[in-house]
Amino acid sequence: MAKQSNEPVLWALFSAGGVFAAFVIPVHLFLIGLAFPLGWIPAPGYEYLHALVRLPLARLYVFALCSLALFHWAHRFRYTLYDGLQIKHLNELIFFCCYGGAILGTVWAGYLLWNFR
Amino acid sequence: MAETISLEVFRYSPERDAEPSFQRYDVPLRKDWVVLDALNYIKDKVDGSLTFRWSCRMGICGSCGMMVNGEPKLTCATFLSNYAREQGPLRVQPLRYFPVIRDLVVEITDFMTKLQSVKPWLIRGKEKPISEGEYLQTPEQLDRYKQFSMCINCVLCYSACPVYGLDPVFIGPAAIALAQRYNMDSRDEGAHERMDILAQHEGIWGCTFVGECTKVCPKHVDPAGAIQQYKLTATIERFKSFLMPRGAK
Amino acid sequence: MTETRQPARYTEYHPRWYRSRVSTWWWLAQWPYLKFILREISSVFVAWFVVVLLLQIRALSRGSEAYAAFERWLQNPLIVLLNMITLFFVVFHAVTWFNVAPRAMAIRFRGKRVPDFWIVGANYAAWAAVSLVLAWFLVRS
Repeated sequence: MAKQSNEPVLWALFSAGGVFAAFVIPVHLFLIGLAFPLGWIPAPGYEYLHALVRLPLARLYVFALCSLALFHWAHRFRYTLYDGLQIKHLNELIFFCCYGGAILGTVWAGYLLWNFR
Repeated sequence: MAETISLEVFRYSPERDAEPSFQRYDVPLRKDWVVLDALNYIKDKVDGSLTFRWSCRMGICGSCGMMVNGEPKLTCATFLSNYAREQGPLRVQPLRYFPVIRDLVVEITDFMTKLQSVKPWLIRGKEKPISEGEYLQTPEQLDRYKQFSMCINCVLCYSACPVYGLDPVFIGPAAIALAQRYNMDSRDEGAHERMDILAQHEGIWGCTFVGECTKVCPKHVDPAGAIQQYKLTATIERFKSFLMPRGAK
Repeated sequence: MTETRQPARYTEYHPRWYRSRVSTWWWLAQWPYLKFILREISSVFVAWFVVVLLLQIRALSRGSEAYAAFERWLQNPLIVLLNMITLFFVVFHAVTWFNVAPRAMAIRFRGKRVPDFWIVGANYAAWAAVSLVLAWFLVRS
């Protein structure tokens, strides 16, 4: 190939995040954001959730979800800014802000989950 | 007098006008008339200066594409009666995102150049001698690319594509779908050559899957699907070349 | 359409061609384009969900008092409103994602392309199953 671009890698992360987000985020958000706070469904107790997140598999799941969903966001948001606002001259700035944000979020998620007590 | 329908037609004369304008015409509303019939009526009976392209009148030549009420349409397949109940006149404009030469005629050299750049023909590493016979293909192999081969180069998909409008370097829906038509052909060996062009940012990666190209396609080619499928192929190839840098080219 | 009202752009060698410019607000002009932009904007709400989830993890890590504060924060009417909007957008993302799945992936079985209906249907069925499993883990009183 003539030149190896990063686009396939970014697109793979975007797609994986899109699939992951589509399957799991609606139910998570419904429970954590509406059903539990509004008392539609009794919320799980602190002890139970704490024990749940202690499981390595659960932490791996949360980490993958957070990171991929953020790369999904970065990719879409980047193109929305390009096209929706016609600010292509800020290409590089947008690129670094979007993927930089996703990387920062990934690091934050890794830090929180790695140090989870 | 029979029922009529009003058309508001885009007019632009490069010799006379600095800016385009709209001209209003009333034409008979006939059940069996398409927008192209109305334009031909205007040209023959009302205003001979109206300029537009057309040829076959049966959705094969791909030359009568225009914006009808803001949507890219083949005017030979767009019936007036579908718009009879709508408020206001029917707006006919040249295809969006292309330069206008005169009235409803647009300049599509940009598309023709891009189409050639993706090498839409069968590429063979080595031709086999004629004595060995033809390259056979099963119905299954034909089925893989047949949908993409229906394209008539009418460029409606370009007028539906905001990415092309915003960034004219984008290779665009039809050219990529036609590249896929050859990539998927069992007789073709040019996929690697085409990938150099398609896997650039101006190629498939510019596409944000708006999906309108597929909706306006009069031949059900599904360029949006072709592009997404090619993104997957290009990604797999990219990871393969990452894992095996010294492997096949 | 507003785009034709804008001044013609000079085209090298062909100064007399008329070129219209794309309006900044092109995505407001037609419903399919607005739907497209909304689909892309849904990613912002996906990111917001990640923030909520990570805040929850942080609160869990800091102890039961911090977690109680986090639960109170979630009951703030403004946050509830934001989460309602977020739910709309993440469902919109899921639906638009599953609906185009058969186009993005041409799956073949016994030499024939699997009809779109089955691919979309399989996606929705899997969505329901995954949601049930996750709910089973999370709904414990």
